[in-house]
Amino acid sequence: MTRELHVKELTSIKKEMKDKHRSLMVKKFRSNKLALTGAIILTIIIISAIFFPLFISSSPYELDTVNRLQAPSPEHIFGTDNYGRDLLSRVIYGARVSLVVGFSVALLTALLGTIMGLYSAYYKRIDGLLMRISDGLMAFPAILLAIAIMASLGANTTNVIIALTIVFSPLVARTIRSASLVIKEQTYIEALKAQGASTSRIIWSNIFPNIISPLIVQATFIFADSIIVEAALSFLGAGIPAPAPSWGNLLYDGKTVIFNAWWMTLFPGLAIMLTVFGLNLFGDGLRDLLDPHSKSKK
Amino acid sequence: MLNFIIKRLFSLIPVLFIVSVVVFLLVHITPGDPASVILGPEANPEEVAELREELGLNRPILEQYFVWIGDIVRGDLGTSLFMKQPVLTAFFEHLGPTLSLAIMAQTFAIIIALPLGVLSAKFRGSFLDQTFMGLSLVGISVPSFLLGLFLILLFGVELRIFPVAGYKPLSVGFAEHIRYLILPAIALGAMQAALISRMTRSSMLDVLSSNYIKTARAKGVKELIITVKHSLRNAFIPILTIIGQTFGSLVAGAAVVETVFNIPGIGQLIINSVERRDFEVIQGSVLLIATSYVLINLIIDLLYGFVDPRLRVGKK
Repeated sequence: MTRELHVKELTSIKKEMKDKHRSLMVKKFRSNKLALTGAIILTIIIISAIFFPLFISSSPYELDTVNRLQAPSPEHIFGTDNYGRDLLSRVIYGARVSLVVGFSVALLTALLGTIMGLYSAYYKRIDGLLMRISDGLMAFPAILLAIAIMASLGANTTNVIIALTIVFSPLVARTIRSASLVIKEQTYIEALKAQGASTSRIIWSNIFPNIISPLIVQATFIFADSIIVEAALSFLGAGIPAPAPSWGNLLYDGKTVIFNAWWMTLFPGLAIMLTVFGLNLFGDGLRDLLDPHSKSKK
Repeated sequence: MLNFIIKRLFSLIPVLFIVSVVVFLLVHITPGDPASVILGPEANPEEVAELREELGLNRPILEQYFVWIGDIVRGDLGTSLFMKQPVLTAFFEHLGPTLSLAIMAQTFAIIIALPLGVLSAKFRGSFLDQTFMGLSLVGISVPSFLLGLFLILLFGVELRIFPVAGYKPLSVGFAEHIRYLILPAIALGAMQAALISRMTRSSMLDVLSSNYIKTARAKGVKELIITVKHSLRNAFIPILTIIGQTFGSLVAGAAVVETVFNIPGIGQLIINSVERRDFEVIQGSVLLIATSYVLINLIIDLLYGFVDPRLRVGKK
């Protein structure tokens, strides 16, 4: 009876501590201006990407050749492009494209990089091979490798995601590997091994939870980088094919008329800038929050 | 030191091997037959068969790799199907503008970033520091091609101070050469400047809080000498790393910025080749850039060994 009580008491204390920890994190997050500003910017962009198209009547594909290259006006807040399409709706649909690409790449690289990083930290034998492969892939400047892969695969959205996943996974793998190596040496892992815990249990239940913070931070930065590289690829004509309203495509169209239509370069450009800035702020803030060491350096 | 150099040289072999495999596979990951992809949809079957034979696509893939790498080691990167000239020749014809641009961007970045980083560290937490670091965060968030477009809008279209496109080789005159490269170099160098200034700041902060700086101050050494001679010199290794590591991506970034400013460099060569599906050129250029990237990193590593003897011994 007393034992049961004791256990009950312990669980309630544990829960209390967990709640305390959580509320402390929330408090810290609120007081971290960087992360908060980033989160607000991102929320606004995501919400407008999802819901705005429901309210604006003009389609991003609707041609209106009479009203080509109209400067911003109450009717077309961002003006119209060289085919008379409403730029505001193209920029907002472009946000959907960029966010989908960025999010997919962040998710896939996190998955692939985590598996690669965890297993190469744990098994010396595959470590050599996997790390040489990622060294090799990291020897290519990201944009260049992405362009080359796109040239081979052909330009479409799925291939952009595949190409960027190949380009960025080694980065995640490296981070996860070095973080796991540290944890692997801890005494409790040794104890688990001595108890006969299976390898996959050690890796997934005991090492993995400890590397989630660097993983999230890295994934945020890859989200931002993917948006940049996707825009660059589309701008160069090796990304998402026109007439899809990707931000890179809008900039490409804008460049052809840069002397007569500043709005076609300015608005899609600002959209990219704001999104990437939001993600970088958020990532920086998260890093400060999750990794106290990096904060002391700042 | 010799031991260190030999060790580093050997560590290059697996990396270069993987690089070559990736570049080799580029042609083979095309959906469908590479020969018909290169020739386009109008080609008839005989032409496709002929090209397959010419490219050696009928042989086993391992053999293809060894033939290909054998040619490369002997300096034959293939011939452009479209331009009817060796890839190596085409590459070096386009290298000048890219290198000029990359070097100028790097110079711009260093000139801007070092003072900003040092001042930020010196006046840590001040308004100045916050402004500079805020600016650097913006700098990291603006991709170079986008900044290029904004600069064209501002300086080329509105103010009409600088030329907005084109390239003048050095033979035309130094001033003219620089004038055409100013906007592209700022566009390309801004992100670099942001990275370097952040690294300078954090590296300087580490050094400034160390004991020997306190000692120097206690001895009454002038602040300027402490900052420049005692601190900056010791803070330089991580700064050098970031400069070196990012120079490779600068060359790649130059490829994109070139397209914005119509500069006939490697970037234009690669992008035009992507449009023409001229795989020999894409493979050759990408291979050359990746290899030089690896070599630049090697040189920087060796330089450290030179600058900081501890690394020679301590690095396993």
